[in-house]
Amino acid sequence: MREWKYYLCLSILGGSYVVLIVAMVVADFFFTTPGDLLAALNDPAIRYSINLTLISCTVTAILSLWVAVPMGYLLARTQFWGKTAVDTILDIPIVLPPLVLGLSLLILFDYTTIGEWFRANIMRISLRIPAVILAQFSVSAAFAVRTMRITFEQTSPRTEQVALTLGCTRAQAFWRIVLPEARKGVLTAGTLAWARALGEFGPIMIFAGATPNLTEVLSTTVWLRFSDPDLPGAVAVALFMIAIGVFVLVLTRALGLRGTGLV
Amino acid sequence: MIDVDNLCLKQGAFHLNSVSLHIPKGRYAILMGKTGCGKTTILEAVAGLRSFASGRIMLNDRDVTHATPAERNVGYVPQDGALFTTMTVGDNLAFALTIRNQPAAVVKARVEQLASWLQLGHLLNRRAVGLSGGETQRIALGRALANHPPVLLMDEPLSSLDEETRERMIELLKVLPKQAEVTVLHITHSRSEADQLGDLIFRLQEGRIESVASRVL
Repeated sequence: MREWKYYLCLSILGGSYVVLIVAMVVADFFFTTPGDLLAALNDPAIRYSINLTLISCTVTAILSLWVAVPMGYLLARTQFWGKTAVDTILDIPIVLPPLVLGLSLLILFDYTTIGEWFRANIMRISLRIPAVILAQFSVSAAFAVRTMRITFEQTSPRTEQVALTLGCTRAQAFWRIVLPEARKGVLTAGTLAWARALGEFGPIMIFAGATPNLTEVLSTTVWLRFSDPDLPGAVAVALFMIAIGVFVLVLTRALGLRGTGLV
Repeated sequence: MIDVDNLCLKQGAFHLNSVSLHIPKGRYAILMGKTGCGKTTILEAVAGLRSFASGRIMLNDRDVTHATPAERNVGYVPQDGALFTTMTVGDNLAFALTIRNQPAAVVKARVEQLASWLQLGHLLNRRAVGLSGGETQRIALGRALANHPPVLLMDEPLSSLDEETRERMIELLKVLPKQAEVTVLHITHSRSEADQLGDLIFRLQEGRIESVASRVL
């Protein structure tokens, strides 16, 4: 009997958060109508925004993995001078307010010599599509690095060592043994980076802006509709985002990441 | 032959002081010592997996002190087997040959030979997960021997096995130097393992080799 009360107590305390999330989604769902959803879907600006969101999130996830896999491996498996400093630097995008991150990107690419050289010789970044991706990447990659670090810490370095004694070079051991063993972590890191990019707002607003049919993504669309004011439109777009987010989470779990401690 | 001359290593409070071992070709050597005394460190140094402050390591008259693990061509069996769980048992056994781009026929023949000797034939197509302790160690042993290394290094390969499996593995290991033509360095805590298997028994204490016992063959 006492045990029953104990678990009930825990369920009420923890469950209140679950109830809040479900209540928010349900409230959004009942606030909008099928007409609002259809209208949103038929709006060319929103369709552009959906396309740009899907493309930029995917590119961001790929770029995040590109840096997260090697960095996660280095942090988990090696000791090097300045490791603590690197580790701390990688936490900056996680702890900084997103607006500050966007502001810093704007300063770097618009108000420094490096930024001016980049604009003159390569391309303009700010207020363009690359700015959307860079703003998403600057936050998402930090989460991907953390995930990959945990993944490599959780897998035994022993198999890699055995592979070396069996004739592998470092690179061969990494590609043939380490990476396949870390595949679930790679998938999780990519998914997290993708989902994080989907929800990014602050840095995009400051660094890329929210120009319709140019740099507008779903998160900024919600803000633009809300400011318009077009609350039903904002909620309809929010529901698209929720649907995409849930789809990614379900996909991640379906791919067998449950029980890895990563999702 | 395994020759370790004046191996010195310091890592925090842990240190090895001028450790020297000489194991003649084809002999089965046991290295004993308390937990944390540095047995695994010596094994890893011989395998090329750990750097050290000073000393020299020779394998079959070849100075491998600065060679990579791959260049040393040693077989290595870690305590937990460390099987490649993303591969089948057959692919584990074939790994040292496939990484060297050996012809498929050569790889197949060698895998079949090892599987027959180690009684692993029924497991070849199975993924290397959820296996018993004895199976895991037999696969790890076969994988380590696939490329005919002249030296085999084993880190407490029997410590996690039940009594019966352990006895069976000991029978298998007894014939190893002749069967596989290797010089063996085997780490263990167990006195009985040492007595049953060792031609040479080294005892490591406080960072030094304190005693050597030799069995007349």
